[in-house]
Amino acid sequence: MSSAEETIHRPVWDSDEMAARRRKRYAADRRLQRYGVAAITFAIGFLFLLVATLLYTGASAFVQTKARVTIDLSSAEVSADDLMGAPWRNIVRSSLLALEPTEIPRSDRRAYFQMFTSSAPFLVRDHVIANPDLIGKSFEFKIPFSDPLDQFAKGQISRDTPEDRRRVSNQQIGWFDKLQASGVVSKPFNWGLILNPDSRFPELAGLAGAISGSFWALLVCFLISFPVGVAAAIYLEEFAPKNRLTDIIEININNLAAVPSVVFGLLGLAVFLGWFGLPRSAPLVGGMVLSLMTLPTMIIVTRAALRSVPSSIREAALGIGASRHEAILHHMLPLSMPTILTGTIIGLAQALGETAPLLLIGMNAFITSPPEGVFSASTALPTQIYIWADSPERGFVSRTSAAILVLLGFLVLMNGLAVFLRNRFERRW
Amino acid sequence: MMSEAAVEEAVGAKVDSQPPVKMQGRMVCVYYGDSQALYDVNLDIRKNQVTALIGPSGCGKSTFLRCLNRMNDTIDTCQVKGSITLDGGDIYDASVDVVELRARVGMVFQKPNPFPKSIYENIAYGPRIHGLARTKSEFDEIVETSLRKAGLFEEVKDRLTSPGTGLSGGQQQRLCIARAIAVSPEVILMDEPCSALDPIATAKVEELIDELRQNFTIVIVTHSMQQAARVSQRTAMFHLGNLVEEGDTDKMFTNPDDQRTQDYITGRFG
Ligand SMILES: Nc1ncnc2c1ncn2[C@@H]1O[C@H](COP(=O)(O)OP(=O)(O)O)[C@@H](O)[C@H]1O
Ligand SMILES: [Mg+2]
Repeated sequence: MSSAEETIHRPVWDSDEMAARRRKRYAADRRLQRYGVAAITFAIGFLFLLVATLLYTGASAFVQTKARVTIDLSSAEVSADDLMGAPWRNIVRSSLLALEPTEIPRSDRRAYFQMFTSSAPFLVRDHVIANPDLIGKSFEFKIPFSDPLDQFAKGQISRDTPEDRRRVSNQQIGWFDKLQASGVVSKPFNWGLILNPDSRFPELAGLAGAISGSFWALLVCFLISFPVGVAAAIYLEEFAPKNRLTDIIEININNLAAVPSVVFGLLGLAVFLGWFGLPRSAPLVGGMVLSLMTLPTMIIVTRAALRSVPSSIREAALGIGASRHEAILHHMLPLSMPTILTGTIIGLAQALGETAPLLLIGMNAFITSPPEGVFSASTALPTQIYIWADSPERGFVSRTSAAILVLLGFLVLMNGLAVFLRNRFERRW
Repeated sequence: MMSEAAVEEAVGAKVDSQPPVKMQGRMVCVYYGDSQALYDVNLDIRKNQVTALIGPSGCGKSTFLRCLNRMNDTIDTCQVKGSITLDGGDIYDASVDVVELRARVGMVFQKPNPFPKSIYENIAYGPRIHGLARTKSEFDEIVETSLRKAGLFEEVKDRLTSPGTGLSGGQQQRLCIARAIAVSPEVILMDEPCSALDPIATAKVEELIDELRQNFTIVIVTHSMQQAARVSQRTAMFHLGNLVEEGDTDKMFTNPDDQRTQDYITGRFG
């Protein structure tokens, strides 16, 4: 008895050796934790850098330098019957000249008028067409400065730069200083960035076309991928027999989610434009191509959602004689719907940022009016960013960043909605 | 002309004065893929009786129970051989409609599984899909009588619109029983209905089972010997996929024929 007890080797917990060993194990714990913190700091740092850069370059695009002029229609020959044909150019020019107290010699007028956007007559015309009661009256209107002056006002062009190295002449700076002193220059929020369609002139270019193009494309994408995805998921999850064929289908769907998006663009180009003869640059085709990309995500999300409903619910329904489709449509699907919707929104958010397939089907065309529906040519937010990033004018640099910020804003909004839906409605089993 | 079962029923009634046979399993073999879970089970379920299925866990009690309303159909790998009849008709016949079968042979599960809907909706769902009621008042009546039969009406009458999942475990299980009753089944299958309940809730459900016997034929799986003794008239003992012995509960618990039954009810294994 006693000899057996002696042979048992008991660890000496408080020996130095054991203590050192424990210290080493704790140190390993702490090291791992520090690696984790370092990795997260690194990632957040980059995200911060990205947003900060965008804000730094893009912030100035959210305001637009404008000059307040008085448009006098009381003397001019503007009749309500022919607003399109009225001499808007002369009306605007005389208003602009009136800003300057000293007479500008004819030879300098060209440089003077170039300070303002060349589309000023159209802006005034459209404003009067929208407000016909202004006819015969005199009213105030804010005319945007042209891009070089806008950049100058925002400090992007310095007056210390030699005159031949900048796009604003000393003479124009002189006029601008006088205008500023007289208080007609202001920098209001640039609603045009969101409300205007694209334009060759940065001071007028906006995202209206791109936003509505993206909207139509996402709508088409949703209308295709949601019903098809949910139906396919229900079939695969609830009805499909387990055999070689369904295994292959399953593997393919999972792999489809990893196919580079540009491939879907090529497919869209060949099939939707080539064979079906659908219109180029149309949100319809964009949405169809995007739906090819969201479809696998939709199927995977829906299957996971259906699987997460406990089988006891299905058994409860079947146990009182519900048919399979009743068990699914009355119980399983409604219970998994919050998860499915969350997944759908995240899928659509992915589709919103997708660029390559849209470039291939021509949604990077230069189009100056917002699309009227899914058939009219249009751009989308990411392709608009692509177009602007490619434009040489100074004003497009900040507008590109601003557009990226708008896109990010939409993404944050959609993901926030998804998180909200998940927290609010998703059931934990 | 009388069906075979009807003849047997009539004869059986004369000979041993037992109630008529409601369901009958003959040479039932069940396979999950390649592994066999039940071997040649022959068992009669008699009308307006409680038949208890006992045996150590994994012996195939649930498997047999789920054969009786073809819940096993939902498991892809599961195959059933032999014949199981309901009122003499083979329920595995190709002409049988499982939806109708499951309405006639209802089921209550081990874990209470009310739908995450209102108490009212839990009960009304079955009658609605089977078209057993049309008007609001007909539904109201079914809901009330079902809840009354399940002994739950007084407890929940003021909150019929609140979710069924908000009830206590025992109430949930009685709600599930009420839900099964609402489609007026002939047979109710219960798979360890009290295993998730506390003793007081268990006592209520057992009392309820005894009352339900008046109107329904009941098959109950239980791992509690006392429960089998308390609620059932007939007991069937399973072991390793075989039906070891079946007979009157009184006899099974006092004087079993088989050594394995003896060992099991005295707690030597299981
Ligand atoms: N879905 C299934 N797939 C494969 N084997 C199963 C399945 N369900 C039960 N079995 C097997 O069948 C046997 C009987 O199980 P079960 O009827 O659940 O036993 P009990 O209810 O008596 O505890 C067990 O060996 C179990 O492993
Ligand atoms: Mg079991």
